Amino acid sequence: MSAVQATTAFDTVRTPDPANRPIKIHTASVKVTYGQKEALHGVSIDIPERAVTAFIGPSGCGKSTFLRCINRMNDTIAGARVEGTIKLDDQDIYDPDLDVVELRARVGMVFQKPNPFPKSIFDNVAYGPRIHGLARSKADLEEIVVTSLQKASLFNEVKDRLNEPGTGLSGGQQQRLCIARAIAVSPEVILMDEPCSALDPIATAKVEELIDELRANFTIVIVTHSMQQAARVSQRTAFFHLGHLIEEGPTDHVFTNPLEQRTQDYITGRFG
Amino acid sequence: MTEAASSPPASRIGGTDVRKISKIDIGLKRRYAAERRFRTYGLLAVTIAICFLVALFGSIVSRGYTAFQQTRISMIVDFDPSIIAPNGDRSAAAVMSGNAFRFDDLIAASLQKTLEIDPNDEDALYDGLDLLSKGSAPMLRSMIAADPSLIGTKRSVDFYATGDVDAFIKGSIRADIPESQRLIKDKHIVLIEKLEKEGALRLAFNTGLFTNGASTRPEMAGVGVALVGSLYMMLVVLVLSLPLGVAGSIYLEEFAPKNRWTDLIEVNINNLAAVPSIVYGLLGLAVFINFAHLPRSASLVGGLVLTLTTLPTIIIATRAALKAVPPSIREAGLGVGASKMQTVFHHVLPLAMPGVLTGTIIGLAHALGETAPLLMIGMKAFVVEYPTTPFDPATALPTQIYMWATEPERAFTERTSAAIIVLLAFLLAMNSLAIILRRAFERRW
Repeated sequence: MSAVQATTAFDTVRTPDPANRPIKIHTASVKVTYGQKEALHGVSIDIPERAVTAFIGPSGCGKSTFLRCINRMNDTIAGARVEGTIKLDDQDIYDPDLDVVELRARVGMVFQKPNPFPKSIFDNVAYGPRIHGLARSKADLEEIVVTSLQKASLFNEVKDRLNEPGTGLSGGQQQRLCIARAIAVSPEVILMDEPCSALDPIATAKVEELIDELRANFTIVIVTHSMQQAARVSQRTAFFHLGHLIEEGPTDHVFTNPLEQRTQDYITGRFG
Repeated sequence: MTEAASSPPASRIGGTDVRKISKIDIGLKRRYAAERRFRTYGLLAVTIAICFLVALFGSIVSRGYTAFQQTRISMIVDFDPSIIAPNGDRSAAAVMSGNAFRFDDLIAASLQKTLEIDPNDEDALYDGLDLLSKGSAPMLRSMIAADPSLIGTKRSVDFYATGDVDAFIKGSIRADIPESQRLIKDKHIVLIEKLEKEGALRLAFNTGLFTNGASTRPEMAGVGVALVGSLYMMLVVLVLSLPLGVAGSIYLEEFAPKNRWTDLIEVNINNLAAVPSIVYGLLGLAVFINFAHLPRSASLVGGLVLTLTTLPTIIIATRAALKAVPPSIREAGLGVGASKMQTVFHHVLPLAMPGVLTGTIIGLAHALGETAPLLMIGMKAFVVEYPTTPFDPATALPTQIYMWATEPERAFTERTSAAIIVLLAFLLAMNSLAIILRRAFERRW
């Protein structure tokens, strides 16, 4: 334990953003403890607006844990404690005055396994707008559903069966339905926790294409095990290892010219 | 054996490795034998269970099915106004008051005509009256009170035969045993045969079994009051234990912090499910009757006590059903910004509903058959009048079975079995409902 804590004063190697995008999420020395075990040892990173930031790293490195801090999904885990600062547009999201429900409406999430509600495709997408009262009328709601499905490039495949259960779709379609569901509440940030790990290559390609399109309107943070995927979809990449953020920078930079030996070792497949 | 067959070519190809495989093959034989043995035990156990079940149901049905038919004696009754309303007042109150024995005279008159008995032969007339239920006169009286226009007419009336005549007709009192040990004497048999020949005596479906209340005369006794009592109790149990149990389990499973106290509560709920039900009966007696002064023998109190016995079952089933809902659904709900409450009620509970309903109906079925706590709160009473509200005295099906089982008459024995059949039919219906509901809710997803 003490050996691990000794490394908390850890310097992340950073390469600034050449595009100089505005910062959407600012985090400083974020620590997460599950009971006695510290899973994240102080992570500081700035996530730029309207870009895709990928978190990579070997299993158990804390990248998912960190992702789940950004919409306070860790609150639901008994014994989880989060320290440090996480700011969304200069607003501290762990501020006791901040409503977690409102935060999650602003920061949507797509999970590893597609998890559509066992309801119709329409109701899946309409659920968020309904509970947040985003639609004034039925026509409004229908419009939100259709645009969300269109944005998730799913509409053409499901337009004739909006009343059929969402669980009847294929894995890739289900995942895009989950993305549509997240988009429907018009969040500012979408967190994706290994969204393609349960999908086949064709479905993966579709989701990646979609992520690329979505970055025009949303800030996206994606956790992935596939380095190719990170290279394909992201503009910035952050490499996590053993609860530390080792290196972060522009994706092409991190993949072609990593400044840290461990990053180099990981992306070349020497460990992980 | 396999070794001998496979080793010569094998050794040519692979050498030592192949010999190792054949060594494992010998162990396989033993393992397959163990599996076969286990299957045989299982099959044997199932067969024995089925045999017992068939024997149980066979004995209940073979004893009880006769109770669904009953011997009736139909006779033309002359509703003579000079006997019924000697002072000319035909109102219901007047019919109900006055000398009750005057209705016996009506019956005697029609019996005398039907059997063509010499009016002066009083003994024969009394023997004939012996065949009819002692409840016949009150029955006639309430019939007239309900419809005074009958007075002055002649009408065919179905009378109940006594339980003993009924038993004789159904063959459970046999004619070949000596007369001194027989409840139906030779002189009665003569009259019965005469009635049969005239077509006055016949077996009819026993509606009274379902509509009548308690009676000391088996032919007039039915499970009507017990059915209503059980129904009221089930309603009370359903209305109280379903919302309480489901809400309680949702709180414990989804909202309560996981710590020593909730662990203690969980252990104790499991313990409560194992507490003998008679203890709940004592609790109900002390709290609901002695302390809260609720009426004795009331189905409300029965329902309250059964709610206590059913709650642990429902809570355990509901918690199991909630636990079985994949956490990804909760994450999905929270992820789009639903509050915890919304997530639970919009997504988790609907998915858990089949399990919740199954648990509830199993709990209700259990409560329906519960006897001991009802004995403690006085639902083992002689109740003739239908309860109109849950506050009125009532009995329940299982306590009715218990009371009839202690009666010596043959007719009560078959009624006991018949009541068991009714109870089992209700349980079967409830369990089928549980299965249907489960299917219906599962198909939605």
